[in-house]
Amino acid sequence: MSNPKVREPLMHIVKRDSMPLWKSILVRLIAVLLALVVCGGVIVLMTSMIPGKEPLNPLKVYAGIWDGALGTSRRTWVTLREAAILLCVALAVLPAFRMRFWNIGAEGQVLMGALGTAAVMIYGKGLPPWLLYTLMAVCGILLGAVWGIIPSLFKAKWNTNETLFTLMMNYVATQVVTFCVIFWENPKGSSKVGSLDKAVWLPNIFDNKYLLTIVVVLAIAIIMYFYMRYTKQGYEIAVVGESENTARYSGINVSRVIIRTMALSGAIAGVAGFLLAGDMGHTISTGLSGGRGFTAITVAWLGKLNPFTMILVAFFLVFMERGSKQIATDFNLSESASEILTGIILFFILGCEFFINYRVEFRSRKHAEEVVKA
Amino acid sequence: MSIWLTFLSKAFTMGMTILYGANGEILTEKSGNLNLGVPGMMYMGGIGGLMGAYLYERAVETPIPLVGVILSLLCALLFSGFGALIYSVLTISLRANQNVTGLALTTFGVGFGNFFGGSLSTMAGGVGQISTAATSGLFRAKIPFLNNLPVVGELFFSYGMLAYAGIIITIVLHWYLYRTRPGLNLRSVGESAATADAAGINVTRYKYMATIIGGMIAGLGGLYFVMDYSTGGWNNNGFGDLGWLAVALVIFARWRPLNVIWGSWLFGALCILYLYIGGLSRQMQEVFRALPYLVTIIVLVITSLRKKREDQPPAALGLPYFREER
Amino acid sequence: MTPMIEMRGITKRFGKVVANENVDFIVNKGEILSVLGENGSGKTTLMNMLAGIYYPDEGQILIDGKEVVIKSPKDAFELGIGMIHQHFKLVDVLTAAENIILGLPGKMRLDMKKITADIRALTEKYGFEIELDKKIYEMSVSQKQTVEIVKMLYRGANILILDEPTAVLTPQETDKLFAVLRNMRDQGHSIIIITHKLHEVLALSDRVAVLRKGMSIGTVETTTATEMSLTEMMVGEKVVLDIERPEPENQELRLKMTGVTCVNREGVKVLKDASFECYSGEILGIAGIAGSGQRELLESVAGLQAITEGSILYKPKTRDWVELTHHTPEEIREFGVRLSFVPEDRLGMGLVANMGTTDNMMLRTYRDGIGGLLHRKKPQEMSERIIKELGIVTPGPDAPVGRMSGGNVQKVLVGREIASRPRVLMVAYPVRGLDINSSYTIYRLLNEQKKRGAAVICVGEDLDVLLALCDRIMVLGGGRITGIVDGRTATKEEIGLLMTKSDMDEKEAADHE
Repeated sequence: MSNPKVREPLMHIVKRDSMPLWKSILVRLIAVLLALVVCGGVIVLMTSMIPGKEPLNPLKVYAGIWDGALGTSRRTWVTLREAAILLCVALAVLPAFRMRFWNIGAEGQVLMGALGTAAVMIYGKGLPPWLLYTLMAVCGILLGAVWGIIPSLFKAKWNTNETLFTLMMNYVATQVVTFCVIFWENPKGSSKVGSLDKAVWLPNIFDNKYLLTIVVVLAIAIIMYFYMRYTKQGYEIAVVGESENTARYSGINVSRVIIRTMALSGAIAGVAGFLLAGDMGHTISTGLSGGRGFTAITVAWLGKLNPFTMILVAFFLVFMERGSKQIATDFNLSESASEILTGIILFFILGCEFFINYRVEFRSRKHAEEVVKA
Repeated sequence: MSIWLTFLSKAFTMGMTILYGANGEILTEKSGNLNLGVPGMMYMGGIGGLMGAYLYERAVETPIPLVGVILSLLCALLFSGFGALIYSVLTISLRANQNVTGLALTTFGVGFGNFFGGSLSTMAGGVGQISTAATSGLFRAKIPFLNNLPVVGELFFSYGMLAYAGIIITIVLHWYLYRTRPGLNLRSVGESAATADAAGINVTRYKYMATIIGGMIAGLGGLYFVMDYSTGGWNNNGFGDLGWLAVALVIFARWRPLNVIWGSWLFGALCILYLYIGGLSRQMQEVFRALPYLVTIIVLVITSLRKKREDQPPAALGLPYFREER
Repeated sequence: MTPMIEMRGITKRFGKVVANENVDFIVNKGEILSVLGENGSGKTTLMNMLAGIYYPDEGQILIDGKEVVIKSPKDAFELGIGMIHQHFKLVDVLTAAENIILGLPGKMRLDMKKITADIRALTEKYGFEIELDKKIYEMSVSQKQTVEIVKMLYRGANILILDEPTAVLTPQETDKLFAVLRNMRDQGHSIIIITHKLHEVLALSDRVAVLRKGMSIGTVETTTATEMSLTEMMVGEKVVLDIERPEPENQELRLKMTGVTCVNREGVKVLKDASFECYSGEILGIAGIAGSGQRELLESVAGLQAITEGSILYKPKTRDWVELTHHTPEEIREFGVRLSFVPEDRLGMGLVANMGTTDNMMLRTYRDGIGGLLHRKKPQEMSERIIKELGIVTPGPDAPVGRMSGGNVQKVLVGREIASRPRVLMVAYPVRGLDINSSYTIYRLLNEQKKRGAAVICVGEDLDVLLALCDRIMVLGGGRITGIVDGRTATKEEIGLLMTKSDMDEKEAADHE
């Protein structure tokens, strides 16, 4: 009998059941290494463009990155705090993403949070510290939450596309902040608020001005891990995200979960805004969030929505960013070099997931297997 | 009177970048890919065009404007097409998440633009020193004679060649999507890749082509912004949020290119309206600048409320297609 | 005469399940052939191999006497084979004409006028009524079906396969479809229709090929066949199953449904004026052709399906009647109604595929924890107990259930649902896709529930099983309850006739009007 199998397609792609943990870690490590190699090459290329300077030796590039990110104790602290605040925004999008709600409006939610905090900082001068700090936190969280709830209401009621809605809300937030900045500007006509009075800054703890943000964010990370895993609400979020049908079957009120979760998501973004305005920037400006709302999305996604993996991803991205910024300064390059490198790393890590989730089967091998089975 | 004429004409030029971006994104989204890398691809197209023109004009004694324009155009297409290619490989072949990949492309593209913009400035001897007079001059050349006509001249004939190309591209895109067989096939891919596949359409090829050409069109928007609107210079982060406005305009235009023409004019007008309304405080100006986004949100909500099928996003938008899963 | 299509010794397996075994099959030019068989008899699988959806593991396919390889729908088109699936492959926002020409080669410019005229010529030739400028989403199911048929003809199909084409049609629409199909046959096309409705087979086809359990039983000329003879071929000898059936004890009225009507999204009535009662200590079987309203019936009791008319009442053991109508599952639970439900879509509704056994156990009970916290200890113990007692094969209680085999998935689901000691237990297709051993485990569990006094409602597709397991069998036909028979005395033929009754009655009624 003829064997028509010969004419089956040459290769096809099959979903993998699962991959052993060590193997999936290995795939990701390889991706990161490849990304580093490419980044090194790109930096060498960039530095060779500068006339009159020797192109950088690739190994020196990595040494330079290390030095830039962790070279001095101050740099290390800055890197850690930057990683923490990025992680904070990523923790904000985490519950929404677990619910498969594409909240790409963290940027706006952070800005609104910062706005709320800054308002208290401006008008609350002279309040007793405990009241001031509480009000700063409450206002920041509240405004962030409101900004998160608005798109969720429309999603729950009319299934309005949340990706596009939250994206637009970012720019509305930017304009609201600009509006207020002009209202509060100092000096008049500068369109800047400038550094606010030291009296309203959040306090240092253990005489270290970096530690407060780091401690707060780590606490949130632990709480979020706990919340997603060990609370009823976290469980509901996971069920709704996996299958709305199953959620309804088990009696979960899907609309309520969507709105509640986005309130939480916005509230954590509000915390990030609170820390940015009250502890890091001591001011309010549209650039305060600096695109973290977008980078955080990749942090959450690449960290597989696990708060502890997300710590590693956030740290790695910030490490690369700060390291390459240092190189850029040393070589008189534009600071934007770091964004290029971040982009390249993200591309590699995003691409490698394919090899974890899918397997490419070639005809000959599959056929051979079948022969063996027969 | 003449101030409002200037307003309309300026609104048009302001909207032109958005028009290109929106058209590119419509083509992309019609294939089912939501590419949030539009701002990135715009930066890449813009810096590509600038590099082509600047390096050419630096290299030769007396640059020929036409050569500069061609080189500039090619570089813009090449760079932005490359950005879209990265996105395509990751999302179509490797099935990476579209939202995340698009945002990563924006990070990459904006950094790419700012980096090389900065480097070019350094080469030219400082910020604002980049000069591409010959090339940019030709890009910006107005239509002779016609442009001197009263009223009509300023309103319709006072723009550079890329503005007219933008209108032509929009019309061609509309014709392609709604009046040709490949356009019909492309729309079916974005609506239901499985149906298209069953009808014998090569889904992967359509997705790649639409995404890459869409990226190139968005890149032309960057080219227009740099070579025409900014008269051939570079300003870091100069694009502002034009890229996101383009994504917004796609929703506003309900995925129809012909709507983009007046929509981009309207968005351009909303962007600069605050400059033309007398007596606005600086704060109120900022409120006006939020208008394009607010209008988009309202349109988005209304379309989801009315549930009119023709106004919805392509049904398979954002979903990867995997044949074996059927 | 060389047959148009000949399939020789076709075998197709899915994992361990054999869908078709050594099937021979012949279609002649210019005939209407019915492929008859019960659900799961392998009809659709066999036809999918002609349409290029599946690829046979063994066997040959010959078209016009030449051996061919069909590895994609495109190959099938090129051989002139077009299949119309139960789920139409149409783009909703495009017009009928646009859908028809989708993906075809031709001039770049889309000359809809000319295309419409071309299609019009074709539709007139066969007598189709079709609005070519209408969007698909504005069409009724039967209009969509027409578009699919025209799409196939326009692509030059001369062999047309229709998978249960009348399942979604009204009697009048069915008549129209049959007229068109006869017309096509007279013009020389070969038509294969997959069905399990006997009267349609007799009314329409020239020959009937009967499949049972994946094997071909035989082919007969329709003129020599009767409903009785076809039923016998289709269902086979009564299979004696060794399923225990204890006598019902302490029967009390538990659930009462009166005049319930449900409407689906398209506005079609899927459940019509359904009334029945269910008692504790019995297993009430529900038989019917797939899609006759079984799902809606169960889901309306569970609070998942909105009902337009009627009421559903529940009688607790000690208290007074509780109204379930128009309440959410959460509210029903809060009323203290111990209602368990094993839905048809196990991984899409009953379980969360990406979660482990323990987390799936919590789906019903997660609200029990103190305060806002989840209480994992009890579910953990429960999942370990269920894994042990039901012999579930899994790497552990935290391994995602989506990766388990069908039988194990079902054991997790049934295990969870009976763990709450339900007063009413509803199960839909409890043994679909399960091997013999797992099936018997499920039967045993259902009987245990019956013995402890639960009212068990079991939707099934295998009549032998229903006849061996159930005390009473309620038959659904076209959304209507067409009869309730005694499980101990009823015959398969009796049930089979009830299954198709509703359509026929309605049709007759319509004819008289």
